[in-house]
This record gives sequence, C-alpha cells and structure tokens, in this order.
Amino acid sequence: MGFPPEIILEAVLNGLLTGAVYGLVALGLTLVYGVLHIINFAHGALLTAAMYAAYVARTAFGIDPYVAALPLAALFFALGYGVQRLVIGPASQGKDENILLVTLGLSIIIENLMLAIFRSDTRSIDVPYAMEVVEFGPALLSWPRLIGFGATILVGIALFVLMTRTATGKAIRAVAKERTGAALVGIDVAHIYAVTFGIGTACLAIAAALLLPSFYVSPRVGNAFVLVAFTIVVLGGMGSVVGALVGGLVIGVVESLSGLYLGDSLGQIGIFLIFILVLLVRPTGLFGARA
Amino acid sequence: MSGMMMGRRGLMLASAAGLSAPRVAGAQAPAVKLGILQPVTGALSQDGEYGRLGAELAINEINASGGLRALGGARIEMVFGDARSNPEGGVAEVEKMQAEGVVAVVGGFASPICLAASQAASRYDLPYIVDVGVSDQIVSRGLTNTFRFGPGFGVVTQTALDNLVALNDAAGKPARTVVIVHEDGLFGSGMARLLNAELPKRGFEVMETIAHPTPARDMNNVALRIRALRPDLVIPSSYYAEFVLLSRTMQQQRIRPKGIYCVLNGAASNFRFVREFPDAANLVMDCNHWADPRKPKTAELRRAVEAQNRFWLYNTPLNYSAVMLVADALERAGRADRAAVLQALAATDGRFERHIMPYGATRFVNGQNQAGQPVNTQVQGGDIKVIFPRDFADAQPVFPVTG
Repeated sequence: MGFPPEIILEAVLNGLLTGAVYGLVALGLTLVYGVLHIINFAHGALLTAAMYAAYVARTAFGIDPYVAALPLAALFFALGYGVQRLVIGPASQGKDENILLVTLGLSIIIENLMLAIFRSDTRSIDVPYAMEVVEFGPALLSWPRLIGFGATILVGIALFVLMTRTATGKAIRAVAKERTGAALVGIDVAHIYAVTFGIGTACLAIAAALLLPSFYVSPRVGNAFVLVAFTIVVLGGMGSVVGALVGGLVIGVVESLSGLYLGDSLGQIGIFLIFILVLLVRPTGLFGARA
Repeated sequence: MSGMMMGRRGLMLASAAGLSAPRVAGAQAPAVKLGILQPVTGALSQDGEYGRLGAELAINEINASGGLRALGGARIEMVFGDARSNPEGGVAEVEKMQAEGVVAVVGGFASPICLAASQAASRYDLPYIVDVGVSDQIVSRGLTNTFRFGPGFGVVTQTALDNLVALNDAAGKPARTVVIVHEDGLFGSGMARLLNAELPKRGFEVMETIAHPTPARDMNNVALRIRALRPDLVIPSSYYAEFVLLSRTMQQQRIRPKGIYCVLNGAASNFRFVREFPDAANLVMDCNHWADPRKPKTAELRRAVEAQNRFWLYNTPLNYSAVMLVADALERAGRADRAAVLQALAATDGRFERHIMPYGATRFVNGQNQAGQPVNTQVQGGDIKVIFPRDFADAQPVFPVTG
C-alpha cells in the first residue's frame, strides 16, 4: 500500500531517533571489540543492569533519568573497569575463546541476579515529559527520543575527541593496533583494556538513561537491543566509533521503513538482509577498512 | 504468623510445621493436602504470584473459619509447586504433589502448563482444577480428572464479538472499520485469524492486520500505520509490555480511535497499567476474566490484596474461586478421597456459591463449567469497571470515545 509522504517522512525521522540510541548501544560493543578483539556477550545483560540502575535512581531516590545519566556513566565505568580488570582479564589466561565464555557466563549471572532482585515484572517509570512531542511539520516527534538523539551525538563527539586528542585515546588506539608494541613503549595494556571496557559500559549506562523514559525494563530486556547492535557493529565496521553511530542511524531507518511497509514482524528482515549483504559484499563494514 | 501476610518463607514454615507437629489431642482432624501449582519463576512469574495469592487467601479463609466441616474441621494444607513457566516444570511438580498425597491440584495458569500437568495428574486419577488456561483442548481430551471453572477461548471470543456488536449497536453503530494489532506468537496470531474470519460477518471491515514481535523495541510504526488508516476501532492482542508501549505511543501520537477493544489482553485488566499510566489506559476496553463486582466478598478480597501492596488482577479471584470449588466438593464428598472428590466436583451445581466470579449456576459438562463466562471491562477514571453483561455491570460503557 502507498503511504502519504508525511507518514514516510515521519517514519524516517522516527528511525533516525531510534537508531541513534541503537548506535549508542553498538558504540560500547564496537569499542570493546576494536581494542580487546573480543565479542562481549555480557553487553545486553549490562544494559539491563544499567536500566534497572536508572529505574532505581528514579523510583527510590526520585532522580530524573537524564540527571542520573552522568553519575550512572561514572558508576558503570568503574563497574566495567573492575569487571575487565578483576574477572575477564584474569579468567581469560590470554585466550580469546575463554573470554567469550566468561562474558557469556557473566551475562547469565547478571540476568538471574536481576530476576532475583526485581522479579520478572515489566517495570516502567512515568516522567512528566514522557508524552511531550515536538511538532515538526506534520510529524509529531517524541521529546524523550529527541533528547536521546542529541545526547547520543554528544557522546559520539566526546568519544571521538577522547580517542583522537588525548593521551588515553592514543594509548587505546596503540593497544588496538599493536598490543605488544604498545606494551614495549610502556603502555599498561591491562589498564587500557579495562579503561576501554569501562567506556563501553559507561555508554550503556547513558543509553539506559535515555531509553527508560519511553521504554520499559525487565530482566531480559537488554537482549532485544543487543542483536540489533551486533548488526550495527558489522555494518559500521568492527571497532569504528563513527561506523557505530552512522550504522545505528541507517539500521534505525531501515527498521522503521521496512516495519512501515512489511509490518513489525516481517520488518526485522530488513535488518538481517543488511547484515548478510554487508558480510558478503563489504566484510570490513562502512568505516572499518583500516581495521 | 498472621494469616494474610504469609510469604514464601512463612508458607514453607507452615507446611513444615504441618508435617511434623504432633496431632492436637482430640478434636483436630488430619489436614487435607491441596496442591497449588503456579509458575512463580520465569516468564510467567507475575501471573503465577497473583494466582498463588488467590489460593493462599482462600485456604487461609477456610482454615480461619473452622476448616472443612464435613471432615471434622480438618484444615487445608497447601502443597505449593513452582511450574517454572514451562510444561515440564508443571509435570515435575504434579509428580511431587502426587508423592505428597494431595487430594487435588489447582492452578497451572498458562494453557501449555495446564495441558501437561492435568494429563500427568490424570494418571493418578488426581483431580485437577484449571485456574486460567483458556485453550479449548484442555477440556476436550476426555480426561475425567480435569475441571475448568472459568471460560475457554471459544466462549471468550464469542462473547467478545457479541458484546462488541451490542456495544456498537447501542451507540448507533459509530464503528465500522477495524485495525487488528497482534503479537506474532501462537496466542496473538490465533486471535487475529479468528477475528479476521468473524468480524466481516458482523458488519465490520478489517482494514489491516498488523503483527509485531515480542519483545518489540518500538511501536512507532504500528502507531503510524494506525494513524494513516484512521480506523474506528483498534483491537490489540498483545502481552503486557507491548500493549503498554502501543497505547502510550498512540497517546503520544494523538491517535484517538472511537475505541480500543481488547480480547484477553495482558494489560487492559491489569491495575499496574491503570495506576502507572492512567491517561494511556483510560477508556480501554477488554473482554477477559474478572471478579463479580456485586459480591461483597470481591471487595473484601480486593482490600486484602491491596493491603499487601499488590495489584488486583484476575488471577487472584480465579484461584480463590477454584480453591473454594475444591473445598465445596470436599464438603459434599465428606472425605478426602480422590474418587469421591472427582464425583463431587462433577456434581457441582448452583448451590456452590462461595466463588466470586460473575457466573450463573455451576454445571460441569466434560469438566467444563457451562456457566463460565468472561466480562467486558473498561478503564474509567483510574478504575477497572465492568460494562458487560448489563446485569453484572457496575458502570455504563463510554463508547464511542470522543475528543
């Protein structure tokens, strides 16, 4: 069926807004992959944990999720740093396949911990601005989603600056390119690994705070986002910050348009078609050529 | 421990005490063990918790009011089993209950659990009372041990369609076009198929049937399509989280059809939804299980539930009533004997009045209570009101929704 242009425009805009937060989730995943060369299976569970943290901040302490975003990011940075330094690093014994299993195990532990603490109820928060919209021509754009979009772009810029302009960023890039060489020039590789993992986890905390006003949280909610984040990482190029953000936006629009035309069940096909096409035609992804 | 506030730990202590305590000299008859099966871990744990609550309240009430009279004041002792949200879990717990020597099993919640657990119970001629499971298969397998007090899928959907027509006719037929939104699993797809077949026969035009996955990340596209189609009615068959997401997105996108009419919806008869998102929930209609608002016991039970900071869901009255049904059968059987209880259950009639469902005189045919029926509810001003059938209703329907 044909849709009037304003509906299509709105679907594209919605896709961009949703895609930005997907990109933020993918950002953490791609960073950890680019530097540590591991696929972090605990990513979804950590996102769930972050969403519960934002939920508790709101319901127990009355802190708005947007206000809680930065403190939560700091908290989850510390958590991510600790997990990599104290659990994943030592348990891996230098073997990548061990890391895979350790992160998988972590995800199971975190998920069930959340189930034990919060039970399986679906929880959501009601914030006064949840239903606010901005009229953009004929389209009604959700205020929380616009904030999510803006914040994601800010995080993207901040990360880009961090990676290109700071000593830590240089060290991260050095470790990503040549671990042994970096160690030889005096970079503490274990520390840099943990910092990277911490940054990835901090991205999740911000994504969680941005999602909560318009979404819900349950012990398995993170999985819904991780599958799409994997696709984005492949599309954008493994390890590329810009790739994750652009990939997120592209996937968001594809999902939105295919959802509009094919329905939300079949619409998921669009995402996975892209996944397969990228792997066939351009396995390095859009921005991953140098990696 | 105070009867009403008994938690999981309290229950375990209670049953342990029941097992080990020496019989009180003289009057006290031996306790009758009753199996309560609910999924309290896994995907269905929210429903399971509320089912268990209903059974607990019924058992506490019976015990507090002198136990089973025909059995010399015997108390009912709960043997609880966690079905772990899957059929295998349900079967394993029935086996344990059989070993414990329960006189009957109540519960199951989901149709797949009820199907498997009642079959396992049938091997021991153990009476099984289904609390919620609506699959029509449950009572069509010829199992003589299986009883369902509430209505099945066929009756619920038939009633939903009849009431929709009645509602529309009474308002001067303002609604003609319909968009069906459904989750793409067994429940939602089955419902969508049935609605697609039946609605045109009743003068409605189905403009579009939109499927969505569970879990869904986003309902904006569904909302956009609804906005483009401008249907008079939206009929959603989704689970809790997705329906909440859909109704909030529709609210945000200022989509106001003449009615949102749900059938067996996970959220529209759930006070959590009504309390947390009163604006999105307002005037949503549902055809579902619901306690009889006219019975004083309903209000009393609801107060007891809310005093525990729990929400009032249909699982609680259904399980309360199912336990009362067993107690009634035990009273008439006069002994805690499975065969006698089965016979008494099958012979239940209108004299069984301790339940709080809005059903007429109980009559079992092949294990199905012929009087079991759903009602139509509508969220009005932060409360869930019954709007159909008229003789049970505690509010007038607001339809079509204007503004």
